[in-house]
Amino acid sequence: MENVICTFCGSVCDDVMFDPASFKGDRFCPLGEAKFSKKKRIEHPTINGEKVSYEEAIEKAAKILVNAKKPLLYGWASTVNEAIRLGVILAEKVGGVYDHCASVCHAPSILAIIEDGLPTGTLGQIKNRADLVILWGCNPVEAHPRHPYRYSVMAKGLFTKGRKSRKIIVVDVRKTVSALMASEFIQIKPGYDYAIFSALRSILKGEEEVVPDEVGGVSKEKLIELVEEMKNAKYGVILFGLGLTHSRGRDRNIKNVVRLVQELNRHTRWILQPMRGHYNVVGAGEVAAWECGFNYAVDFSRGYPRFSPSEFTAVEALLRKDCDAALIVASDPAAHFPKAAVEHLKKIPVIQIDPFPNVTTLVADVVISSAICGIEAEGTVYRMDGVPLRVKKVVDTEYWSDEKILKTMLEKVKSLKGE
Amino acid sequence: MHHMLHIKNGIVIDPKNGIKAEKMDIFVKDGKIVDESEVNKSDCKVIDASNKLVVAGGVDLHAHIAGGKITMGRIMRPEEFRIVRSTANKLRATVGRTLLTSPAIGYEYAKMGYTTAIEPATPSLFALHTHEELDSIPVVDKAALPLFGNWHLVFKYAAENDIEKLKSFIAWVLERTKGYGIKIVNPGGVEAWMYADNVHSLDDTVPGFDVTPRDVILSLVKANEELNLPHSVHLHCNNLGVPGNYETTLETMKLVSSFSNDKRQILHITHVQFNAYTGSSWKDIGSGADEIAKYVNSAGNITIDMGQIVFGHATTMTADSPFQFALHRLVHMKWINKDVELETGSGIVPIVYRPKNPVNSVQWAIGLELGLLIDPDKVTVSTDYPNAGPFTSYPYIMALLMSKKMREKEMENAHSYLQKATNLPSIDTERTLEEIIQMTRVTPARILGMENKGHLGIGADADIAIFDLNPETLDPSNDYELIQKAFGSPAYTIKSGVVIVKDGVLQCEYWGRTFWVDLKDKVTESIESDLDEYFNYYTIERSNYGVEERWIRNPARVGGARWYNAED
Repeated sequence: MENVICTFCGSVCDDVMFDPASFKGDRFCPLGEAKFSKKKRIEHPTINGEKVSYEEAIEKAAKILVNAKKPLLYGWASTVNEAIRLGVILAEKVGGVYDHCASVCHAPSILAIIEDGLPTGTLGQIKNRADLVILWGCNPVEAHPRHPYRYSVMAKGLFTKGRKSRKIIVVDVRKTVSALMASEFIQIKPGYDYAIFSALRSILKGEEEVVPDEVGGVSKEKLIELVEEMKNAKYGVILFGLGLTHSRGRDRNIKNVVRLVQELNRHTRWILQPMRGHYNVVGAGEVAAWECGFNYAVDFSRGYPRFSPSEFTAVEALLRKDCDAALIVASDPAAHFPKAAVEHLKKIPVIQIDPFPNVTTLVADVVISSAICGIEAEGTVYRMDGVPLRVKKVVDTEYWSDEKILKTMLEKVKSLKGE
Repeated sequence: MHHMLHIKNGIVIDPKNGIKAEKMDIFVKDGKIVDESEVNKSDCKVIDASNKLVVAGGVDLHAHIAGGKITMGRIMRPEEFRIVRSTANKLRATVGRTLLTSPAIGYEYAKMGYTTAIEPATPSLFALHTHEELDSIPVVDKAALPLFGNWHLVFKYAAENDIEKLKSFIAWVLERTKGYGIKIVNPGGVEAWMYADNVHSLDDTVPGFDVTPRDVILSLVKANEELNLPHSVHLHCNNLGVPGNYETTLETMKLVSSFSNDKRQILHITHVQFNAYTGSSWKDIGSGADEIAKYVNSAGNITIDMGQIVFGHATTMTADSPFQFALHRLVHMKWINKDVELETGSGIVPIVYRPKNPVNSVQWAIGLELGLLIDPDKVTVSTDYPNAGPFTSYPYIMALLMSKKMREKEMENAHSYLQKATNLPSIDTERTLEEIIQMTRVTPARILGMENKGHLGIGADADIAIFDLNPETLDPSNDYELIQKAFGSPAYTIKSGVVIVKDGVLQCEYWGRTFWVDLKDKVTESIESDLDEYFNYYTIERSNYGVEERWIRNPARVGGARWYNAED
């Protein structure tokens, strides 16, 4: 089958081939190939390990949510918008907290957008126009393997002729495999991204005299040269990853690079693009934004949405024991959250909806097996640049989709609440 | 869910059908307005509208209510969502100051008696997102206009003056996006912005393309007319927000002077307030509304919407990305830019319109001048939501148009510069109730080519607003507070025959339709090779581009002159 849409990373490649009969694919990167292969599944819904029907599991889940004072509804980055929308409405209905994977990932980027905005564009702009591409604190060769080929490095576009028509600069604290495809690798000291952006901004403003001889392991000479190259580009892009959002400075780093790109646009065109991880982490934020006004860390316990990242992100809510039940959809917080947060997760009733078993399955009281989006269930997802794609159902299944499970759960919750 | 209704003893204003404040009954069956003989009165739910004004539901033909832009705006501006409008009960919680959540948009329209709203700027690549959000807006009927004015294939066909291929391409786009009509934003300027430039006149060459804004507009108008789409080309002019730009606006209007259409205008120019400035800088900005009004009134083939400023917070968001960058630099506010491959761009910048700011006061006055000087069948009320203000301020704008006294009161708070830079202080016109109903119902429905909207004749959609205003006793000049209050709190809003609002309070959730224009049979083989070539430059496959009808909650096709529901 041609033009299947891969549901692994934020690149959401829509040109892959997949044969449902043999479960063999083509054009996949290793990450996508692993996703589109036969893997151990959660075989059926369970309550406390006992096999139950979907209806029974959903009813139990609905009771847990309705009886909780403030349930946490977390995950969402690896499912489709249709399910996410129901999740946000469910959170509102039960007075819970809605949060998604960005809160432990690109949330600092969201905070920077709130402060300064984001000069950005779709990935096709890079493919068609970019003559200078800077990869800053990201490693697409390993994290988004087909990104360089499809969009950013080798991609041939309308006004570009692929790799030879663009310069690639990799900025990182270590020489990643992505640095191997770069025209130039600039190694910086860990934690000095903010200072380097400030230096670049000063030079760009013509105030290079305030910049010391060396910033974060990079010579002033090199920084001046870099600014010249940036100014001389026709269309430049900075792609950044968790190296920037999760090193010293966090959202301040992003704020500073947003400012840098704003100022570069006074000279020539530049855009900035976060390398988002999960295939629909953008949807998990955007759907919430149109349904309730906020992207993540939303609390509905007062009957209306409130946004406070220091209180209502999943990790904070768990650490402060400020949630008394949890619904985890398509995610594995037990494997990725701090130990103390997982300790609280172990103490409260946990419902999991997921196609695959993971560490969270071990702490879940109700486990609801679901269809895999993009293979067994369709729905809309947003690529890292927000471009919407409708992922496909290419294999028939007995598993219920996330959408169907959540729709049934929402109806059950409404009837338990007497609506 | 559809009841038969008998709306009794109301005072009906229905300008399209020549009904001027007459006491009469209205009957509703299966979501349509029907003749008395079609209903069994004893089965009807009776609504007592004695001494109340009964009109068609309002139609907003230009509000950015769905899509990537407004949602990025929401994400950038959580400060907008600390205003709680309603808490969750059997209905949704709604929040938002001027930016609103999707449920809030539907509810707030219903709470002003509006039942139709059009999203006027959708990048086709993002059409699926737009439809998801439209599907999350309750109550109102809606549609989306895809953006054509900076699309490379449009440049190509305009440069070659190949109207046949352009028509085929438009038909293909409307089918793929489930779109309703042709939107143009700053033709050529957005493409120029891809290399940090803009275009400044109708005859500037678009960088990299052998084409001018004039060519783009004219080609799309020609194609639109030959396809005979229900709506005309919907244009956001070049040079928006630039002092002196009223000349560009006039020149643009004159471009189409040789075209005519019996049913509707040839060109709808949107949020004209932003394109009606005289002067050479912000220091000597003045109003060009007078000149524009004279032209629009005499031309007969142009319509406009006001783009009325509302003092207070707003969020500018347009596909006019070079303008948005200029605004970001001007007001020093945060800025989102989004370039969209091959098609368009967009930008978002928060803004505050201050009455004591001389420029803002002039902008405020210009919008009103347009609403007062242009014939009511050629101008409709808009705030270009959320650019010039919230649509929730329509009752305020309607009252301003109806009362000179209210305008004088508001002008006392505004900067005195408007006194010399605009003619507003000397305009005595006070719009009558009938004219206001014309401007908010009949005119926008006609501009959109929606024959079943904007009136209460037999066969019209049963979208009805009932206001606690008695036209017989009302003195609009003095009762402006009453007017504003009544238009903001209908006694009833009825959507497709269902009572949605009663006494200003929302009663239930309802899901309206999404209209799209089905021209599949106009797509020809001739553009196949061009499409295949251009999809080499997209980052998604051609087979994954677009929106299927079954993905939309409640699609309704418009084909030729016939309207029908998708399920029919």
